Amino acid sequence: MNIIEKILANASGKQQVSLGEIIEANIDAAMIHDLTGPLAIKSFLEIGAKKVWNNQRIVVIMDHIVPASSIISANLHRTVRNFVEEQNIQNFYDVGRGGVCHQVMPEKGHVRPGEVIVGADSHTCTYGAFGAFATGIGSTEMAAVFATGKLWFRVPEVIKVNVTGELPKMVTPKDVTLNIVGMIGADGAIYKGLEFGGSTISDMSVEGRMVLSNMAVEMGAKAGIIEPDQKTLDYVKARTDKPFTPIKSDPDATYERVVDVDVSDLEPQVAVPHSVDNVKPISEVGDIEVNQGFIGSCTNGRLEDLRSASKVLKGKKIAKGVRLIVIPASQEIYLNALKDGLIKAFMDAGATIGNPNCGPCLGGHMGILAEGEACISSSNRNFVGRMGSTKAFVYLASPATVAASAITGKITDPRTVKEEA
Amino acid sequence: MTIEGKAIKFGDNIDTDVILPGPYLVHTDPHELAKHAMAGLDPEFPEKAADGVIVVGGKNFGCGSSREQAPIALKYSGVNCVLAESFARIFYRNAITIGLPVLVCKGVSVQVEEGDVLVVDLQTGKVENRTTGSVLEATRLPEFIMEILDDGGLIEHLKRRIETNE
Repeated sequence: MNIIEKILANASGKQQVSLGEIIEANIDAAMIHDLTGPLAIKSFLEIGAKKVWNNQRIVVIMDHIVPASSIISANLHRTVRNFVEEQNIQNFYDVGRGGVCHQVMPEKGHVRPGEVIVGADSHTCTYGAFGAFATGIGSTEMAAVFATGKLWFRVPEVIKVNVTGELPKMVTPKDVTLNIVGMIGADGAIYKGLEFGGSTISDMSVEGRMVLSNMAVEMGAKAGIIEPDQKTLDYVKARTDKPFTPIKSDPDATYERVVDVDVSDLEPQVAVPHSVDNVKPISEVGDIEVNQGFIGSCTNGRLEDLRSASKVLKGKKIAKGVRLIVIPASQEIYLNALKDGLIKAFMDAGATIGNPNCGPCLGGHMGILAEGEACISSSNRNFVGRMGSTKAFVYLASPATVAASAITGKITDPRTVKEEA
Repeated sequence: MTIEGKAIKFGDNIDTDVILPGPYLVHTDPHELAKHAMAGLDPEFPEKAADGVIVVGGKNFGCGSSREQAPIALKYSGVNCVLAESFARIFYRNAITIGLPVLVCKGVSVQVEEGDVLVVDLQTGKVENRTTGSVLEATRLPEFIMEILDDGGLIEHLKRRIETNE
């Protein structure tokens, strides 16, 4: 069996599962946030359930529109806080206590290899980077999980993506990810699992691997999993003392197909409007002016991302007429970025820093685009209207490319920016 | 169960950000959500859908965010069924959960034109185009999904199962 089949077999108390089989899995952790949570809570009450199945396995994270931007969102937040109180939920990360949910989950020790984790958010697949089977579900299905601790899954076909080659300078895990999204397509892995492996992935940091797993859903995938190794175990064991069993694919595991990707000569990549799989090497993007840059989100708001962006920006100023918004993905990352002098470097360059939250990624607040504006963003979606006006344009790229573009005011290859000594 | 309605067509990769843009996620009333259904593509959609329609999509319908508010907005705006070449996984599960029938129907995006009158038989998967006289075969839904739809969605289904000790 492959890693996904083995995890689903364990979670459903079976020796073996087969492709296409519908199984009922025991859920190890279930996460909601401030935008999908209120609907999950409403459904939970409508079902007539009184008590959640396990108050230690539920994680509630305020991150989408925090602090509240309007009376309506403030009321939603109150609904969530009341539920946490009533149900005595043990893991609650309110404003200023956590950050972006998909960063906070692993950072605070709620993700372990071999587990089955569901979240009422599509980017829940991020935790695949830790060898967990993690997937996004809707609010009412989450209500059913809150009531029963179980959920059905169809055992998926799995595509193995084998990535090899040493990454060229200034070419990052985001560029690898965008390249793969372009190859597989926005619907290339619908209902399927993706397993990422190969020497490039082994060489990546845990942070880098999270970018790949995070964007698995942009190919339609149910999960984007990476076998745990020593780096995974070091990260996880530093953050949880609960026991877990790492799971790997069997040597004779079967896959629907294997996709080989060589990144030795990869250029920085850009997904141009209005589709995530509309990916081009930066040399083919052309002369595109930008009004805004965004560095942050569950895809690329980690310390490694802030470091690579600040390296490009160091000693430089962003172009006149450009706003650069930087949002560290968690309180921990924010503090480390302060210690490392990254926040000062961003502010010296003319960037503005936001509190850890999802920010403008989903067009909620903190950097919404006007009609006709263009934004280069380290986030994950460039759909029509995603970051504001339906007549705005979103380009997806690495934090380094966003930084380089903010300096020139046009989409710019970070390798062409002269580094300060 | 049969569903009849005029077709409103959309293309490939219709994402949940255009079905229900992020700023409207703060609403919890389904009727308020319905006012913004498809706001990212056609702000007049709720008016067109009000009398009951069938949405026809291409491949990967409902991709993107896990927001259950997207199928809710469609359902309450007057969409009685969605037929598409393929669906994104979370949207598909969410639609069933909230009681909006969704069927994979190969060829539907080319064989149905905007405004065609369709009759969908959920039990058999037969899709009859009353305007052209052609008949398409959609993939039939499994029995346990039909039960959820018959009950009107997962909440009513779970309530019934709890009440009857099933």
